[in-house]
Amino acid sequence: MSAPDWLLTEAPASRRQASLGRWYRNWLVFRRNPLAMIGLAIVALLIVTAVLAPVLPLQSPTAQALSQRLAPPGAQHWLGTDELGRDILARIIFGARITLGIVLMVVAIVVPLGLLIGTISGYIGGALDVVLMRITDIFLAFPRLILALAFVAAIKPGLESAIIAIALTSWPPYARIARAETLTVRNADYVKVAKLQGASWLRIIWHYIVPLCSTSVVVRMTLDMAGIILTAAGLGFLGLGAQPPTPEWGAMISTGRDFLLDQWWVATIPGIAIFAVSLGFNLLGDGLRDVLDPKRT
Amino acid sequence: MANDVTTAARAAAPGQIFGAEFAYELIRFLGTLALTLLGLTFVTFVIGRVVPIDPVLAVVGDRAMPETYERVRQELGIDLPIYQQFWLYLTKIAEGDFGTSAMTSQPVLHDLFQYFPATLELATAATLIGVLLGIPLGVVAATHQGRLIDHVTRIVGLIGYSIPVFWTGLVGLLVFYAWLGWVAGPGRLDIGYDGLVEPVTGLITIDSLLSVDWDVFKNAIAHLLLPASLLGYLTLAYVSRMTRSFMLTELNQEYILTARAKGMPERRVIWRHALGNIIVPLITVVALSYASLLEGAVLTETVFAWPGLGQYITRSLFNADMNAVLGGTLLIGTIFVCLNVLCDMLYRLLDPRVRP
Amino acid sequence: MSDPILEVENLRVTFPTHRGDVDVVRGVSFSLGRERLGIVGESGSGKSLTGRSIMRLVPPPGRVSATRLALLGHDLLKTSAKEMTRIRGKRIAMILQDPKFSLNPVMKVGHQIEESYRLHADADRGQARGKAIEALSAVRIRDPEAVYHLYPHQLSGGMGQRVMIAMMLMPEPQVLIADEPTSALDVTVQLQVLAILDDLVRERGMSLILISHDLGMVSAFCDRVMIMYAGKAVETINARDLDKVEHPYARGLIASAPRLGDDRPELPVLQRDANWAK
Ligand SMILES: Nc1ncnc2c1ncn2[C@@H]1O[C@H](COP(=O)(O)OP(=O)(O)OP(=O)(O)O)[C@@H](O)[C@H]1O
Ligand SMILES: [Mg+2]
Repeated sequence: MSAPDWLLTEAPASRRQASLGRWYRNWLVFRRNPLAMIGLAIVALLIVTAVLAPVLPLQSPTAQALSQRLAPPGAQHWLGTDELGRDILARIIFGARITLGIVLMVVAIVVPLGLLIGTISGYIGGALDVVLMRITDIFLAFPRLILALAFVAAIKPGLESAIIAIALTSWPPYARIARAETLTVRNADYVKVAKLQGASWLRIIWHYIVPLCSTSVVVRMTLDMAGIILTAAGLGFLGLGAQPPTPEWGAMISTGRDFLLDQWWVATIPGIAIFAVSLGFNLLGDGLRDVLDPKRT
Repeated sequence: MANDVTTAARAAAPGQIFGAEFAYELIRFLGTLALTLLGLTFVTFVIGRVVPIDPVLAVVGDRAMPETYERVRQELGIDLPIYQQFWLYLTKIAEGDFGTSAMTSQPVLHDLFQYFPATLELATAATLIGVLLGIPLGVVAATHQGRLIDHVTRIVGLIGYSIPVFWTGLVGLLVFYAWLGWVAGPGRLDIGYDGLVEPVTGLITIDSLLSVDWDVFKNAIAHLLLPASLLGYLTLAYVSRMTRSFMLTELNQEYILTARAKGMPERRVIWRHALGNIIVPLITVVALSYASLLEGAVLTETVFAWPGLGQYITRSLFNADMNAVLGGTLLIGTIFVCLNVLCDMLYRLLDPRVRP
Repeated sequence: MSDPILEVENLRVTFPTHRGDVDVVRGVSFSLGRERLGIVGESGSGKSLTGRSIMRLVPPPGRVSATRLALLGHDLLKTSAKEMTRIRGKRIAMILQDPKFSLNPVMKVGHQIEESYRLHADADRGQARGKAIEALSAVRIRDPEAVYHLYPHQLSGGMGQRVMIAMMLMPEPQVLIADEPTSALDVTVQLQVLAILDDLVRERGMSLILISHDLGMVSAFCDRVMIMYAGKAVETINARDLDKVEHPYARGLIASAPRLGDDRPELPVLQRDANWAK
């Protein structure tokens, strides 16, 4: 039996085979969507360059060479240099590490937090549910960007503050998703059986409810990543995110502004990077939604 | 039939029943609004008074005299327990006292009124552009599902979701102002036109029309065109995508088949029957995108040197003028929250299916 | 039987699937005079699609083909989409199953009723309004003036379906297709609605195609009955000769229906035969 046949069989012999088969089937559908494949390629490229940045044959992203300042794109500096003579290509690639780092950190805070609040709220119910959902609704109605801005301004500008600020305003949708899924299965027979067998509520949430949320959460997360990238870049642009000489894309645009008229590449290229990466996440998320969550498209 | 009579009775006296349920809805709405606003003020309070290591310094700036420092310290009630500080903060806000801006030396409230119309004008113009183009685009995409125009709409939407707007602003200025010269540069007016028209509404396009000054009007439009189009594109992206998805749902409903079976022309089926059913959710979408334009002003106005709230907030930020930052945040936040909560209310009022 | 009003010959409806094209209506033929024809068959047998093909309202990607599909000698398959909108509603109308979903939820009932009349009769608003109220009282709605201003969700199911009937009959079509017009209603209301429909159809001398699951109901209200099975019309028979039906599927159906004064201890279960679908 060939590998695809084994995966696509109507009668899987093990649970493992069935779940691999399901993944494979989803992949077959996903693969047919060219836009989603482009998104996947962009995201893969982002991850690979971010991981490999230190070992790639690049110039240093922070080494200044004032004799080379503001050189246009050419053979020596493919994407030109900035006002301190730093190679823009190197800064973009090292910037990918920062962007990816921000996204991963935010998601790592937000998703567990949202899931926890949502499942507890839905599972325990009662007054706790009312209070938690009220808080969630209030947070959902908040202006996220501007609160993040004020928050960062109040602590101190920097990468960590930016990450915390974005995270603090991004968890409510996950709580909503988790609560909705929890409510649908809370009274399902198999959950009741587990309860009768003495499973603790934490175990029930973790084993029965979290897996159900996973597809909606993955889709939501991928689409959110684009928004996180844009917000982080915006904070960087305003000087509230990563501080110099860190090669953060938004901050690079901000410094490039002063040379916009004569040295357009300094500000333009980081913008293209931001756009490409968030488009990548959007395309990927859109494609994933088509596959994983067809009723919502 | 018994059914006839009760329903007809209900129809005959709609005002009465509507009244009671309407009052209930109104109370519910005001409750939600009050709670959310309380949450918002609490968050700004935490940001302004609890998070900073020295909140007094954050308010007065580090060049302040010791006397000023001491006075503000007293005013903020730093030595009181947190809940009393919050109460103090609330009462001041309720009185319209947002403190004094260290940057302009004016009461923050005064500054906010000064700067707000510019933001309003830009966001409104952008929303008009986005809605007028976005809704038809979304409708056409839905009726041509899977065809070229549908794919184009999808891509237009995804690009709109992915663009860093401060960057497009810069590139737009470079291309359309510096290279092509099609639009005017940063700011709301050329320097020579400043102060020529009486500020009535604070919206220069309206004010110049009121005083019938075509030169100022044209100049204002030339300045407005680029930022409004770029922001309008964001609205268009969002609105067209949502319109498409709402329309697809409606077009699969049975009542659409009924309309066709009655012999309604396709034009009417789409634009009257299907679109008529999505107006209410669309209003919500538009209101939310309007709200996000208001808060997005902190980025765009910096790029376009647009003298609105966003620029006021970011400039205050760099002058460590926390009173001004929080005042601006609170104003934009309040509008944002009101629009958000109002949408829910509108939905219940306008849609006959949920209308009390 | 008088001149055929509607002629259907070898009607096919095809849906493309990833396993190739599937015919869901497979060569149905009948002709309809000034009479009432019932179509019965189990769920999925293609009754609705037969009705919708006549209206040319089969949803894409479905395709309709036929050797002949003609209304009063006029070939419906060659009719342009634009011309079709003048035939729908005015010449052939259709009543759908569930008034809860088939009336526009955000339009007042009255406006929905007069809409097609205004279009087809080119009438002005006042005229159309009077007609709509007249039509509402024709379907025995007590307080038509008040109901005119209601929204569909304010109506009971029976009222909703009477509104639907009023709406579809107003431009006086020659043919009415009623697709399970009462199956979403309470049993007590079903007969009332059917009686109203029956009266109006008789009064105006329309042809009726009544689609239903219910063999008993169809035989009571129709002149002829066409029995469908798996996309085919397996037999057409006069309603009063129903007990002489030959096709085993129909015989099975009749045998398994309960009867008053029945002394069978158990109702027989329909035994299927793969050959019927051939
Ligand atoms: N839009 C569609 N796409 C694909 N297949 C369809 C579509 N509509 C109907 N079919 C198929 O065509 C067959 C006949 O459908 P139809 O609606 O005519 O059945 P019916 O006899 O009216 O059944 P019911 O009594 O349940 O209304 C069904 O098997 C159905 O699966
Ligand atoms: Mg049917």
